[in-house]
Amino acid sequence: MLGSFAATILPIVVSSESAVVDVPVAQATDAFGWAALILWLPALSTVLCGLCAVMKVKSKLPGWITVGLLGTSFLLTLALFFSYEYENPVIIHALQWLNISWNGEGETVQFIANFALYVDSLTLLWMLFVTGLGTLIALYATEYMEVDVGKGYTRFFAGISVFLFAMSALVLGDNLVMLYLGWEGVGFASYWLIGYYYKKPSAVAAAKKAFIVNRIGDFGLALGIYFIWHNFGTVEYRVLFEALNAGGYSTETAGWSVRAIPYLLMLGAFGKSAQLPLYVWLPDAMEGPTPVSALIHAATMVTAGVYLIARMYPVMLLDEYALPIVAWIGGLTALLAATIGMAQYDIKRIFAYSTISQLGYMFLGLGVLTSFGAAYHVFTHAFFKAVLFLTAGAVMHGFAGQLDLRKVSGLRHMPGWRIVSWTMFYGCLCLAGFPLITNGFYSKDEIIAQAFITPGFGFVALGVIGLITALFTAYYAFRVWFRVCAGPVHFEPGDDHHNGEHGGGEFHPHAPRLVINLVLVVITIGAIASIFLGDWVLRGVGDSTAVYPSPHAEGDGFWANPHRWMPWVASAAGIGGILLAWYFHLANRSAAERMKNALLANGLTRWLPTAMENKWYVDELYHATVRAPLWILGHFLNLFDRYVVDMFLVDGIAKLPRALARTFQPLQNGILQSYAVSMAGGLALVAVLVVLMPQFVEWVRSVMGGAG
Amino acid sequence: MMLAAIENLGSITLSHYIFTSALLFVIGLIGFVTRRNMIVMFLCTELMFQGAAIAMIAFGRFHLNASGQVFVIFILTVAAAEAALALALVVLLYRRRETLSAEVWSELKE
Repeated sequence: MLGSFAATILPIVVSSESAVVDVPVAQATDAFGWAALILWLPALSTVLCGLCAVMKVKSKLPGWITVGLLGTSFLLTLALFFSYEYENPVIIHALQWLNISWNGEGETVQFIANFALYVDSLTLLWMLFVTGLGTLIALYATEYMEVDVGKGYTRFFAGISVFLFAMSALVLGDNLVMLYLGWEGVGFASYWLIGYYYKKPSAVAAAKKAFIVNRIGDFGLALGIYFIWHNFGTVEYRVLFEALNAGGYSTETAGWSVRAIPYLLMLGAFGKSAQLPLYVWLPDAMEGPTPVSALIHAATMVTAGVYLIARMYPVMLLDEYALPIVAWIGGLTALLAATIGMAQYDIKRIFAYSTISQLGYMFLGLGVLTSFGAAYHVFTHAFFKAVLFLTAGAVMHGFAGQLDLRKVSGLRHMPGWRIVSWTMFYGCLCLAGFPLITNGFYSKDEIIAQAFITPGFGFVALGVIGLITALFTAYYAFRVWFRVCAGPVHFEPGDDHHNGEHGGGEFHPHAPRLVINLVLVVITIGAIASIFLGDWVLRGVGDSTAVYPSPHAEGDGFWANPHRWMPWVASAAGIGGILLAWYFHLANRSAAERMKNALLANGLTRWLPTAMENKWYVDELYHATVRAPLWILGHFLNLFDRYVVDMFLVDGIAKLPRALARTFQPLQNGILQSYAVSMAGGLALVAVLVVLMPQFVEWVRSVMGGAG
Repeated sequence: MMLAAIENLGSITLSHYIFTSALLFVIGLIGFVTRRNMIVMFLCTELMFQGAAIAMIAFGRFHLNASGQVFVIFILTVAAAEAALALALVVLLYRRRETLSAEVWSELKE
């Protein structure tokens, strides 16, 4: 019964008795010993930034140290990439870490988790954009953060270095414990950098929110790793994947502790990659400095969840419902975040929701069995989203913290803003999936088309959702661009105006200088280059543990093969969205307001704009269903502690002697005779006892004897 | 027991001494509890003292053991010293309150 039902859900996975395909597994090598430096250089950079902090360096030195060391790390990654041979993944030992053995049930159990690098194409793909974008964004930050030169500057770059170290450990590690170390490390760095403006209460709250929501996911990951260890007796990728290749783990026979693994890993991935229901931390994380939003909360860290599932792809197949759930969560997150993004006014928040939405696409891709599409979208998204955030940062930097898209307009007509405007334009095109000339077009199409092909529970509906989301995406991306960069020149400075160097006088926006413009151009070139890297990514994914033969379309006619009609339909959706945005936000700017007012005026439709602007009240829902009960429980326990434990138990016991004393207090009445009487009475009592003792003892004996 | 003691008046036995001793002690005790005059109360304590001393001597003689008598000599010595001290105290207390009643000295209650 269950089997036949499962077969309709994801027949391809169910039909196989063991692992579907043998994944390539890396073998240890002695070569490439120097590759460990990719990991150690960011760590060194952290230490040096710490030294700068101790020596109170008041220059841009920490920034340049970080850029230099991260750049070296990137060059080493490139070198590793060029010396890597395809279909020959390797494990490079760096440092012995955990190697514990003990005697368990007749055999020696060994727990091994070393600092070793698991290098295959998937690792290299991730490491290239992590270190590459890391270096570029650190370079951008040397200019962006210059207002804070001194303590804040050092703290910022130390955080970036910690992040890069942790992210490298996460991606490069050859075992799940090292991945977990990196996972927690990036979470910590994220907390550190979101709370960078620690004097701002909203930043501190956002940092805590990110950390706490991530804990929920991390709990799943930790438990998943434990279950892998419990069932497979290892946390090392090599041993784990060799065991899975050898087969014997059928979805039909696997126990619940094996079947639970994909769901637990999924929970971790959804926390880190901001998917339903754990996405709420990411929009708030925009409280951090913009380079942090670009690097950690758009390009790299949030793709860790995608990496986890791609790396653990054979493990995700251990339960046939796991991947369809990933697909549905991804699709729904993409749609939900896109609808929220359409109604926000804060540029960074719009881009944050677009990140959540695009991450949703990646999970959709993983779920509909195109690990290539997901990995390619990670790669392209890293570039264009970095560009978008960095341009938003440039606007924020130049207009004293102004991020409201209603208050800045006509940016491209202002002197010195041309590069920002046009790189943002290209970033928006990529996000919208404009045909042919953008990387997002190719990677998004791959995912949506595959959703129409792979047979599974409601996957066609997911494809439709993907297309609707593509329309929405194009709309909100160009809503930003048409509002901010096009149209008549108009601007209002943000809240930071009063304490900037313009204090008092009239506000003049300061255009970004060489470094920011340079970084924007380089990353845009990277985005353009990634258009041509699709085949390279496809080959790379095929050479990693994420390899999976995506199902092919059955027919070859135009409408029978979604891969053939998808470019046209997706282009139509993208261009349609752009045209909508053009009409409402450039050609006829008051129309958007009029439509909103019309919707608000009608009692039946009032909920729509209100709910979208208020993020569908998800935060409020969590407030009511999670936070409020915990708050009530906390207060109840507080009252319990205060009144039952403290008042009743502790104070009550303390009061007992006093109450006892009060009973005997009247005896001490100060009258000499009464003391004498009590002494005499006591004496008499003792005398009677002494006299009657033999009889008493006799009586006790008789009673005891009678009983015994 | 009392009747038996009276019947055997011809030969004085240990119980006669014990009886005298107990009588003295009880008279002293009753006097101490009922009277308020500090000097009388002090005399009553002396009375109880002597009752105990008689019991000790009687038992010492009965068991042919001298320690009872030795102990009583000590008691008398101590009682003499104590009498000097106690009477001095009474005089001092009297000077404070102009009365010999023990009832006025009750500040140390509770």
